[in-house]
Amino acid sequence: MAYGFVLDDYASFSAWRPLARQSFLAGCAPEEIEWRGTSEETTLFDTPLASPPPARAGAQPPVLRSQCHALLRSILRHADKTRFALAYRILWRAQTEPALASIATDPDIARALRMHQQVRKDVHKMTAFVRFREHGSAQAGRRSFYAWFEPDHYILPSVAPFFARRFVDMDWVILTPKGSLAWNGDTCAFSPVPCAKPKLSDTIEQLWQTYYVSTFNPARIKTKAMLSEMPRKYWKNLPETTLIPRMLAEADARVTAMAAQAPRPAPAFHHKLQQRRSATAPAVQEEPAPPQHSGKFIASPPSDVSL
Amino acid sequence: MKQSLSDRLALLSDAAKYDASCSSSGAGKRDSAATKGLGSVSNGICHAYTPDGRCISLLKILLTNFCIYDCAYCINRSSSNVPRARFTPDEVIWLTLEFYRRNYIEGLFLSSGIIRSSDDTMSQMVHVARELRQTHNFRGYIHLKTIPNASPALLAEAGLYADRLSINVEMPTEQGLAAYAPQKHASEIRHSMGEMRTHIEAGKDRTLTGRKPPRFAPGGQSTQMIVGADAATDRDILSSSSSLYTGYRLRRVYYSAFSPIPDASAILPVKAPPLLREHRLYQADWLFRFYGFQFSEITAARPDGMLDLELDPKLAWALANRALFPLDLNRAPKEMLLRVPGLGVRSVQAILSARSHRQLRLEDLVRLNVSIRKVKPFLYATGWTPGRLAERQNLRELFLPQPQQLSLF
Repeated sequence: MAYGFVLDDYASFSAWRPLARQSFLAGCAPEEIEWRGTSEETTLFDTPLASPPPARAGAQPPVLRSQCHALLRSILRHADKTRFALAYRILWRAQTEPALASIATDPDIARALRMHQQVRKDVHKMTAFVRFREHGSAQAGRRSFYAWFEPDHYILPSVAPFFARRFVDMDWVILTPKGSLAWNGDTCAFSPVPCAKPKLSDTIEQLWQTYYVSTFNPARIKTKAMLSEMPRKYWKNLPETTLIPRMLAEADARVTAMAAQAPRPAPAFHHKLQQRRSATAPAVQEEPAPPQHSGKFIASPPSDVSL
Repeated sequence: MKQSLSDRLALLSDAAKYDASCSSSGAGKRDSAATKGLGSVSNGICHAYTPDGRCISLLKILLTNFCIYDCAYCINRSSSNVPRARFTPDEVIWLTLEFYRRNYIEGLFLSSGIIRSSDDTMSQMVHVARELRQTHNFRGYIHLKTIPNASPALLAEAGLYADRLSINVEMPTEQGLAAYAPQKHASEIRHSMGEMRTHIEAGKDRTLTGRKPPRFAPGGQSTQMIVGADAATDRDILSSSSSLYTGYRLRRVYYSAFSPIPDASAILPVKAPPLLREHRLYQADWLFRFYGFQFSEITAARPDGMLDLELDPKLAWALANRALFPLDLNRAPKEMLLRVPGLGVRSVQAILSARSHRQLRLEDLVRLNVSIRKVKPFLYATGWTPGRLAERQNLRELFLPQPQQLSLF
């Protein structure tokens, strides 16, 4: 029989902490403890897990520096099955190497930092790519919105404050395969129950698509830059990305047409403006010539600024 | 013919897209938890990317593309035949709020063609910002373009509501501006920037009793220069940037490679500059802002004043100053590590904190996502000594990108 624990997917630092502490006080080395997730399938060969023995006499509780503590908090939101074991190994090693977390070249820390970056990126992309769609009409002055998003990691509790502090005056629900968030103006409720993708539509999306197409400059195609920031895995849930193939297909023709266009005579109001200007401002003083022509646009700091 | 809202959105966002500024950060943190309204600001989020590689962070539109100015590089100049349109302030407010609620944007970047007078145009833009803040309780990001010559009272009010203000210098040299934008004057633009700098700095100070002054654009001011429309070299452009950053305390200078526009003016060059040139200018800008370089160092070794298109400016600088290398990975000061091609600000920070506990080997850098191939000629470390760079004859060839077969099409 092996020592170990079964933790659910959303087990956070605070759920893991007492178990890690118990194992540490019992003197169990990282390789003696097995950390399993509830969503992992158990096989016939898996041995049942037992709690570690009681604490050894005189054992000191583990201590972590704040940098290490923050790192463990972050990586326990990662979807990697080995996160609990890695966190325990870092906890174990940090007792004899207190500065461990600041050594980014250490293999364990390098891996933890990579996981930390992935979690951070997932959080950031969720704040960027969630798209709310309005549902029904306003009830008691509050409008309601739904969104569907597919995060890679267990980040819903971490992003909840962002959405709850930004979209305060409307009701909203964010559904994901890893649970949901719902806001009603007072509280933000989190549920770990997986959701199915809802069917939603919103007429404003047409205006958004109009904006997306118009703000694109066909004369500078940089699809690699676009893909590195907005990888294809996000495309299926974004209302604007369906237009990309057409935008790219038409770009060349638009640029050629711009280049081929012969200069046309200016419109009538341009001539009127020119006439009015020459009538009001008699020639010469168009240029308030600087004392000496330095060539630089700005030669020296402005004299009218108190330094 | 009446234009629908969608038609006008298409026209007025198409007309605004040549302004490269997109930042929605630098204004501190705030949210709507206490005000029960809508919107928050923190580090800036890019909500979408278009195939031109640029991000969409703000709803970037013009109030109107009618303009009494005739600047040759601009799609909205009075002599252009583009269709004209205008939004009412209420339409801009509605679009901003509806887009924001759906999490498409971080806020609004409002600019405008100049109609009637500077003050008239500016007051309409300030009206939009005031309504958003006061009537609609909007706490998202607002970036307003400042119209040259607008009255100080309007400027002060704009700073009260906006997170960032900007005015474009457009051309890197005064001659360029005179040739392409006959109605704009460098001295006026300079004056507006100086005034904004004074306001922004006053807005950050506290009085003797510790009271806060009225808010003024906490995100600072930025500007944009058009690259490749006139004959200015990269050295001219970067020395303008240098005085803009130091003399006017700008937060950002944007470089916008002159891009073909519909119904272009006959005096513009036919061929657009390579996008790579714009990229190199941004790299040089980064070296100045984050790596402790001076602009003059970056262009010092370039006889024609243009940045090397084949090598990035940091590598080009290192090759020109090869006598300073190789450096000891375990002992070199931070300022010098930042100058090693292939090391970024983050990896330098990681090296500094790791090496105070352990001796570093070159292989350790792999775990910091540093390319060993790039850095190894410039560093020595425990177990690694590079050949002497200064003695290599074909130095430049070593670092040039692999030749590529030309496209047949």
